[in-house]
Amino acid sequence: MTNDELKIKLSELVPTIAFEEAAVQAIPPGWLNVSVEPKDWHGFAKSLRYQPELSFDYLFCETCVDWKTHLTMVYHLESTQHRHIIVIKSKLDRNKSDIETVSDIWKTAEFHEREVYELFGVNFLNHPDLRLLILPEGWEGRNPLRKDFEDPVNVVKL
Amino acid sequence: MDVKANIENPFPGEVHPTPTGGVLVTAIDDVINWARSNSLWPLVFGTSCCAIEMMSTASAKYDWSRFGFEVARATPRQADVIIIAGTIVNKMAPVLKRLYDQMADPKYVIAMGACATSGGPFFYNTYSVVKGADHVIPVDVYIAGCPPRPEALLHALITLQKKIKSGLTREQIRMAKPE
Repeated sequence: MTNDELKIKLSELVPTIAFEEAAVQAIPPGWLNVSVEPKDWHGFAKSLRYQPELSFDYLFCETCVDWKTHLTMVYHLESTQHRHIIVIKSKLDRNKSDIETVSDIWKTAEFHEREVYELFGVNFLNHPDLRLLILPEGWEGRNPLRKDFEDPVNVVKL
Repeated sequence: MDVKANIENPFPGEVHPTPTGGVLVTAIDDVINWARSNSLWPLVFGTSCCAIEMMSTASAKYDWSRFGFEVARATPRQADVIIIAGTIVNKMAPVLKRLYDQMADPKYVIAMGACATSGGPFFYNTYSVVKGADHVIPVDVYIAGCPPRPEALLHALITLQKKIKSGLTREQIRMAKPE
């Protein structure tokens, strides 16, 4: 499907989603950027994965961005059958960053979400095994990639 | 001992020819150092991109076996020198310490590149990187560069050879001077 076809299809699925303006999507590689509310995300993700004309079966990147005012979860999806790609963004509260896990839909999300959990402190609801991935024990609650992260012992500030 | 003296004087000692062969006059410490310095076995240890340059130094083009380093060992029990080729993070530091402790004396350490020397590009604003491998284990030779070229690594290895030939090992110095 082309970006325009995807736009029409996705708007029918979840009417509350928003698309980033055409100027953003004109920048290479020209992927369609979609914003979705955290509460709509899990149902939306299921449709993306299992509807035959969409069939986004490959989650090739899952990460988070700290904008100081809020967090944004970013998911990159591709369909290996149709070869179309979209980017999903979901805005989260910094103090209460809860979002539904997608590890039941894309198995790879299990590790990606553990990494986002330790680095950004995003709480993934219904995740089967939400614990630290790489950071050593005792790092719970201290999230190194948050912009307000302080570590007077290890960090030399510039 | 400079390089010229090395070439002119490859073996530390004098041979006095006699009709049936010869008599060798030397000091046993010098012979031991000569043997040690010409057969330094490095440990297979690389934590980031410096390791690629280290592999390149081992390859046919640069060929560090010309100087006696060819037998890279995958176990610290059989290695003489550890080349810290890459960034040491806080989680890696105890592993590096353990590897060093498992190596048999005499043992030597080369800090290859900016990360192993000082933390390098990760000195500022990083929560996970050790600011120099010498916070963990003692280092004999430091190499500048990010990453250093294979020539620089070869130069460091030859410098280490000169250091070994020039005197006592760290353990011998420690035993000579009681604490």
